[in-house]
Amino acid sequence: MTIMQSFTELVHQRQQRESAKRNRPVESEVTKLDVRNLNFFYGEKQALFDVSMTVAERAVTAFIGPSGCGKSTFLRALNRMNDIIEGAHHNGTVLLEGQEIYAPDVDVVSLRKRVGMVFQKSTPFPKSIFDNVAYGPKIAGQRNHKGLSEIVEQSLKRAALWDEVKDRLQDSALALSGGQQQRLCIARALATNPDVLLMDEPASALDPASTSRVEDLIFELKQNYTIVIVTHNMQQAARISDWTAFFYQGYLIEKDHTQKLFTTPKKKQTEDYITGRFG
Amino acid sequence: MSVPTKLQEPHLARRHRIDKAFEWVCCGSTWFGVVVLGMLLLSVGWKALTWPPSKAKLPSSPVATVEATSSSAPLSTRFFSSYDSRKPREAGILAAIWGSLWLIVLVALFSVPIGVGSAVYLEEYANDGRLKRIIQVNLSNLAGVPSIVYALLGMTAFVKMFGFFTKDEGKSLVINLLFTTVDVPLPFDRTLISGALTLTLLVLPTVIVASQEALRAVPSSIRTASYALGATQWQTIRYQVIPAAMPGIMTGVILALSRAMGEAAPLMLIGALTYVAYTPGDITSVSDIFKNPHGLLDAPFDKFTALPLQIYQWINHPRAEYGHLAAAGIMVLLTILLLMNTVAIVIRHKFQKCTRW
Repeated sequence: MTIMQSFTELVHQRQQRESAKRNRPVESEVTKLDVRNLNFFYGEKQALFDVSMTVAERAVTAFIGPSGCGKSTFLRALNRMNDIIEGAHHNGTVLLEGQEIYAPDVDVVSLRKRVGMVFQKSTPFPKSIFDNVAYGPKIAGQRNHKGLSEIVEQSLKRAALWDEVKDRLQDSALALSGGQQQRLCIARALATNPDVLLMDEPASALDPASTSRVEDLIFELKQNYTIVIVTHNMQQAARISDWTAFFYQGYLIEKDHTQKLFTTPKKKQTEDYITGRFG
Repeated sequence: MSVPTKLQEPHLARRHRIDKAFEWVCCGSTWFGVVVLGMLLLSVGWKALTWPPSKAKLPSSPVATVEATSSSAPLSTRFFSSYDSRKPREAGILAAIWGSLWLIVLVALFSVPIGVGSAVYLEEYANDGRLKRIIQVNLSNLAGVPSIVYALLGMTAFVKMFGFFTKDEGKSLVINLLFTTVDVPLPFDRTLISGALTLTLLVLPTVIVASQEALRAVPSSIRTASYALGATQWQTIRYQVIPAAMPGIMTGVILALSRAMGEAAPLMLIGALTYVAYTPGDITSVSDIFKNPHGLLDAPFDKFTALPLQIYQWINHPRAEYGHLAAAGIMVLLTILLLMNTVAIVIRHKFQKCTRW
């Protein structure tokens, strides 16, 4: 099967790259997020059916699946972004380091500080580059300008954007290119110093060059952060993720090491999807 | 091929005629408004500038000559720096201009916080429900209620205060501020603050609806992104939504204020005076504010007149000279309104250019 072989090739390339960088081994066994029997509803409509999954610390976990399969809903359930939507409700548990994030004593504001999020469409605020990155720490109470400057510099460096914007931090963020805007949004999410970074198709609106930069960035970031990424692009999942989960019609069909899922999927539906027979 | 073309030809010519006719009708409708406005401006402008008659035409008696030189045409500095007078040549709009200025400032002070506050509540906090729909429909209806109805409400609520305070007692509430005290008459009676509150009621629906539209135009991705960074709803509204909606809100507010500025009917009903020989708080220039800062606090509780009222009174005056004064007053009022609208357009244009999503 040629498609399977090409995925194997991609995964292999990635492993080589990792060993070249003397990275940690691919598998990390510490569980960061533990989701048990999650059912999710938008009003009457059920979007997720009994999903249970663990997300490993300091690794990239990719969600794949056709449109409307619930992968974005699941991602947004992990930092309670669905709370904003009227009529959304759920049952089941989501544990972040063993703590139930939907518990009444958990403040959603501090949860979202720990679990940052980057969206499909880059959404820079209509402010300067500096103010965009400084927004998170600022609203969390950081008023000291020197401290803010340090956070901004550090975050932009981590997002591999510093060299491009260091001379024009006061320019409008809207003047940046699409790829730069997306990396700015990543820097902005990093500025609140999260443990987990959720990314909802972060590269789907970008050109190939910008996509590759964002992918490299994700690859770098997983040394310090737990990353969960939703993607439509299976090659992308194969290139950057350690774990891949396949969603279909609200069910989690299969979750495994990326290499295993793309080469020897256990379920027929997974195999059909990654070989392009549907979806 | 030729048969169907032939069949269609008579219809085609007719359709082209209708096309042309419709274009002319539309063009005519446009020019109707423009021409009438132009004529109005020309006639008013002409009237404003052509009085008094030039010296040469005056009788050559020495007294008359002296009088002619000391008086001046409407739209001279004299016109702006003197109060209304029984002698048309000495009459001016000082009281009216300061009255209108105070009205606008007070209306802005009242209507912006209340209007923007309601808009934020309706757009950002209130759940979509029956109550919100009822409020929404009523807001749109209120924007179309005639000003005279608001005037009646203002009369009852502010001028008379529902008759809770009988007038002969002459009650006044003394409010202690840190350094000074303010006498607030109860009821408000025919003072600036009554007028301003009435006009506030009048423009509030407009301000709310315009602000709501501005808030709705802020993309929800901005709000989502802010929440995702751990912002509370207040922080999201304060730091992202309101700044992004500000140009739209400002435009709506300025247009509403210019409407309030031109209203005469409500002020007439609540009984603003037409002959006033003082300015609110005795402030006739900016330097007066520094000389007597307490005037700023007294001004809202002074009796007043306003530009549209002054114009109305002059037009109804039997002496023909007052007609020229009225025309000059109209020119001043139109100029101010035009300036305000220009500012609104400039703000909208400027922010449209530098904000794209």
